[in-house]
Amino acid sequence: MRAHKSRLLAIAAALFGTAITLVAQHNTAQDIDDGGRVFRNTCANCHGPDGNEVAGIDLGRGVFRRAKTDEDLVQIIRSGVPGTAMPASDMPVAQAEQVVAYLRSVAATKRSATASGNVERGNEIFHGKGACMTCHRVNGAGARLGPDLSDVGQLRRAVELETSIVDPGKEVFYTNRTYRVVTKDGATITGRLLNLDTFTVLLLDSKEQLRSFEKSNLRDFGFVEASPMPSYKDKLNAQELADVVSYLVSLKGKVTP
Amino acid sequence: MNRGRALVATLVASLAGVSALSAQQVTWDRLQHPEKEPQNWLSYSENLFNQRFSPLTQITPANAKNLELQWVWQSKSLEKFEATALVVDGVLYTLQGPPAQGVYEVVALDGASGRPFWTLEYKPALEARPCCGRVSRGLAILGDTLYMGTIDAHLVAIDAKTGKILWDHIVEKVGDKATEKYAITHAPVVIKDKIVVGIAGGDLGVRGFICAFDAKTGKELWRTYTVPAKGEPGNETWSGDSWKTGGAGVWNSGAYDIETNLVYFGTGNPSPDWDGRERLGDNLYSDSVLALDADTGKLKWHYQFTPHDEIDYDATQVPVLADIQWQGKPRKVMLWANRNGLAYVLDRSTGEFLLGKPFVKVTWMDSFDPKGRPIRIPGQVPTPQGSLIRPHALGATNWAPPSYSPRTGLFYAAGWENSGSVALEGKFPGGVGIPNGTPMGQATLTPNFKKEDEGFGFIRALDPHGLTRKWEFKMNDITWAGVTTTASDVLFGGGKEGYFLALDARNGDLLWKIALGGQINSGPMTYSINGKQYVTVAAGSSLFAFALR
Repeated sequence: MRAHKSRLLAIAAALFGTAITLVAQHNTAQDIDDGGRVFRNTCANCHGPDGNEVAGIDLGRGVFRRAKTDEDLVQIIRSGVPGTAMPASDMPVAQAEQVVAYLRSVAATKRSATASGNVERGNEIFHGKGACMTCHRVNGAGARLGPDLSDVGQLRRAVELETSIVDPGKEVFYTNRTYRVVTKDGATITGRLLNLDTFTVLLLDSKEQLRSFEKSNLRDFGFVEASPMPSYKDKLNAQELADVVSYLVSLKGKVTP
Repeated sequence: MNRGRALVATLVASLAGVSALSAQQVTWDRLQHPEKEPQNWLSYSENLFNQRFSPLTQITPANAKNLELQWVWQSKSLEKFEATALVVDGVLYTLQGPPAQGVYEVVALDGASGRPFWTLEYKPALEARPCCGRVSRGLAILGDTLYMGTIDAHLVAIDAKTGKILWDHIVEKVGDKATEKYAITHAPVVIKDKIVVGIAGGDLGVRGFICAFDAKTGKELWRTYTVPAKGEPGNETWSGDSWKTGGAGVWNSGAYDIETNLVYFGTGNPSPDWDGRERLGDNLYSDSVLALDADTGKLKWHYQFTPHDEIDYDATQVPVLADIQWQGKPRKVMLWANRNGLAYVLDRSTGEFLLGKPFVKVTWMDSFDPKGRPIRIPGQVPTPQGSLIRPHALGATNWAPPSYSPRTGLFYAAGWENSGSVALEGKFPGGVGIPNGTPMGQATLTPNFKKEDEGFGFIRALDPHGLTRKWEFKMNDITWAGVTTTASDVLFGGGKEGYFLALDARNGDLLWKIALGGQINSGPMTYSINGKQYVTVAAGSSLFAFALR
């Protein structure tokens, strides 16, 4: 439904020449959020999550080879650049505008100053002093309690990774929410929520056991608002933080055994 | 009593030495009086009033815990299974929508075993492009003929005994343009010797209509457009030529009242859905209920639930008719839980607005004028910056059929709460909360991580007098499933989580549940064979039948 409707809107916009004004008008938080999802799923494969992995182009800082305006960007997103690796797409105008709105929002936010760290040192901290593998997993090794980070460099910008390390509770992606149940005999089990319905709770508990609970057998249950991840704000110095962020950015996804 | 009647019918069939398939003749008289044959389910919502109330009583609040699976019929299509089956003297008729480039499956099943008597595969035109799923919500039957509406806007008559096509009438030719994507997705309505259907496609800019056909020949008898043409009353509510692509599609079944001889249909959103700037005015008769003379199609009255809709609220719920005491006097009313978040009581003879009240959190209006026109809250309209509006664009409820129990006097509707939409000028209203927090129904289960403030589903019982909530059954996830009640005060329902539920219709207590492994996007249905009561529901892409062990 939505695809059809978007296409209609795109056609209508093209016919009435309203695309240019729409870009400026439609840059709400919702647009930016939607545009970010499209960017990560479509554009980041080549441009990287920060938009700076194609030589001479830094999408998140407004550095383009050809585009001068938002309208140029929408045009390039949809038509591609002949003779280059930039393909044409059937992305509706409205969606391309959301991507542009996202890129503008990225440009307006502070880019992580720590992305220029040392990947190797970051790797060492991640696996050593940081003890990150106690909860996280990378390429088939480590724990499963926290999110698998094997391709986090493909999914998250450096600035977002930095925020998650120093202020992990600021934003927890909804599929990574923590849940707590208290059984009728008083046992408290906390874990990563895997599924929730009217009658049951499914968790990966702190011992990495898949657990199922009937709500009718529980004394209490509910979300844990605080992230179980500790803040590394005072545990890593600026250079170490930069190194870890750089390491995470380097994780682009491998086949997990 | 019920069991006795069923036994007699079965004995008659047995003595005559004929199969159940040759014992049918669903006359108009039978369709008018389904209460005389509680073992059957003869129309989409059990009776012409759409009460979705069965007189059967074998399954009770006390024994519902003993329900167990009897059979499953698996469809080849993985489309959402939205149909409610019909049952005529032991034979169950249903259909499943076609996958892309695939075929409808229309089947006659043995209601006791689930084994097919026959299967008809029907391929719609490749040009068919319904906006929101290649679905069908059901068949109709008259005499020995089944009637099917298709996503390429055909009305097809099928021999109920053989599954052979008797005639195939093109209601409107589907073309390449979006505004030519006509479709029929609801169960046709039988009225006397006519078959009445409505045309969907309002999201794509078709001009909606309702039309009646001769049940024998398929000849079109009348057609009433849901958007009036130039010169007709109501056309002045559309600016410029916007009426020509005004939408107001019809995609759910109507109701019929023999005493008023009126057929009632709800209509969908005006088109374009989210940009009212191109269609200034109230946009009649979008988001309305229309009362048409069943013989001529002439509009007798209308009530518009959401004038100048820019959120895509539609008004395509099945109208539910009931005869109740209203302020001390008998009154013929229509009950309606609308996608816009408001529940209504209307006089179905005149269209008079009797009462309207939110049944979920509503932020787009705060009151009604004396004639029942909603009074909007300033600013709660689409804006360039976006406005958070409740309920969500997909509604407080959607198309799933509600129920009215004459025994409890309560009106039951499934829906969801706490989801809102950010409405932007000219754009699909964005969801609020987690991504896909209020998605459309799908066939397969999806993990749920939602907090309560990100949306939850419910079945709510409303007292028509005052539209007050008597009870609520909450679900973690939202629901696209309908509800059905019985004369033993059992309510059947379900949801997106895949649970099929039996509740006590008097208080909402959970009596029984079973996980079916797929989302429930249909309305439950109940019938009996040889004195054994069955209850069915479609989940995922299969139809499940249960009975007491």
